[in-house]
Amino acid sequence: MQNSTESNQYKSHAKALNFYYGAFHALKNIDMALHDKKITALIGPSGCGKSTFLRCFNRMHDLYPGNRYEGEIILHPDHVNILSHKVDPIEVRMRISMVFQKPNPFPKSIYENVAYGLRVRGIKQRAVLDEKVEDALRNSALWDEVKDRLNDLAFNLSGGQQQRLCIARALATDPEILLFDEPTSALDPIATASIEELIADLKDKVTILIVTHNMQQAARVSDFTAYMYLGELIEFDETDTIFIKPKHKQTEDYITGRFG
Amino acid sequence: MNNANELNELRRIIGLHKRLDLLFMVAGIIALMIAILTFIALFAQMLIDGMPRLSWDFFTSFPSRRPESAGILSAWVGTTLVMIVTAATAVPLGIGAGVYLEEYAPKNLFTEILEINVTNLAGVPSIIYGLLALGLFVYQLGFGQSVLSAGFALALLILPVVIVATREAIRSIPIAIREGAYALGATKWQTVSDHLLPYSAAGILTGIIIGLARAIGETAPIITIGALTFIAFLPPSPVTEEFPYISFEWLTAPFTVMPIQMFNWVSRPEEAFQLNAAAAGLVLVVMTLTMNGLAIYLRYRMRKNIKW
Repeated sequence: MQNSTESNQYKSHAKALNFYYGAFHALKNIDMALHDKKITALIGPSGCGKSTFLRCFNRMHDLYPGNRYEGEIILHPDHVNILSHKVDPIEVRMRISMVFQKPNPFPKSIYENVAYGLRVRGIKQRAVLDEKVEDALRNSALWDEVKDRLNDLAFNLSGGQQQRLCIARALATDPEILLFDEPTSALDPIATASIEELIADLKDKVTILIVTHNMQQAARVSDFTAYMYLGELIEFDETDTIFIKPKHKQTEDYITGRFG
Repeated sequence: MNNANELNELRRIIGLHKRLDLLFMVAGIIALMIAILTFIALFAQMLIDGMPRLSWDFFTSFPSRRPESAGILSAWVGTTLVMIVTAATAVPLGIGAGVYLEEYAPKNLFTEILEINVTNLAGVPSIIYGLLALGLFVYQLGFGQSVLSAGFALALLILPVVIVATREAIRSIPIAIREGAYALGATKWQTVSDHLLPYSAAGILTGIIIGLARAIGETAPIITIGALTFIAFLPPSPVTEEFPYISFEWLTAPFTVMPIQMFNWVSRPEEAFQLNAAAAGLVLVVMTLTMNGLAIYLRYRMRKNIKW
């Protein structure tokens, strides 16, 4: 049973994935696997398609007209192709959460921010909400800082706290995969360190795919790294291999800072 | 040597350019003053003429042949009722249309033509709306020369203002917030009702109030549909003593409004009626300014918690 071993080891497979923004061919024939409960980093120069690839996983491209997917992204263990027209993007987004580049809390209270994903699912019982909100805030290492002011406006938090709040918001619904789109690019070094630590802690609970423009960050937090260039997946391997002895000259040039 | 010459030349040119700066500043101040002083002069004239006529009786008396006992009771009640109909019609229609155009409508030639037309509608002369209302509401639908017809006519008139305000308020919400909601699995309607509408409420409300402030002073469409200029009774009260305690008869009642009452008084030869007109104008301007002030205050209050 090839499928069952696949589903033990892997959380998701992109197979012959192509993506088009109108006529622009943004992702070219990508085959890649996400290992279950591991952190996979996407690196590459600006415009290489790493964010585009990430946003395929929660069908974010469906929000805008003219975008087109080809190929498959299989989600295990049920082997559903999440890019299929038969699969509702809302269902995909409920299974796969996302944290954005800039912290984007809603102009609501801290509590309501975290609870929103649950409310969307129709959960109304206060006890359930309270428990899930607390769990999510604990898991994002924010609970101790905000437990006395859950009704404060989220905008009153610092940038790093806001980003951890967004992580809590994404975690509250127990996602199967957590997507991070350059989550620290708008943060100072101290906040960045705390977010990286948090991401590393989270991999016991959830499969993580992270886009980063910062190679040190990829090296520090990820188990696997994919190097992309001009919409193609150039190299994908364990992070140590990519950073110590990459197979492709191009990957090596990028990692050693010769371009990018 | 050469250098010093060049520097002097440079300073001469800068001096020349700065004189132009000064010239434009003076021209700008003059332009601003012409606009503001004209309004202040008009307002002051109205204040001087109308102030002595303002009293409690002025608000509680019907119009009369004797200028000293004439009042604006039927006018301000009429204006209030018409505004209620206008707001109740224009607000849901305008917000609905604005949300649809901004969030739901597919981007194609048809919706683009629609959008251009909505913007152009704001520039259609108000008397055209009056004619439309006369044909459609008064005769075709048989509402008569009533509060309802007038309210609908003014609602049509301010609909584009509400639509445009709604769209602009929604558009000013960052894409990241919208995507944040969708990424959590929200549907379009959940995104609209939980996020976009609450966050754009201040802007939408401002648009509504500015629209109503425009409608309150409109005269042409109301005259076109045939409002009475002399009316010595009030529409039936919306609250009744018997079950079901609420009545909609006032909707079909004849009415007059503030600007028409003014128009009527201004066209009288007696000097004393001119003073009445000034007093009514004063009330109208204060109503409009209050509404605009309210819009600014609400905008400030509601945006205080939203930073982007």
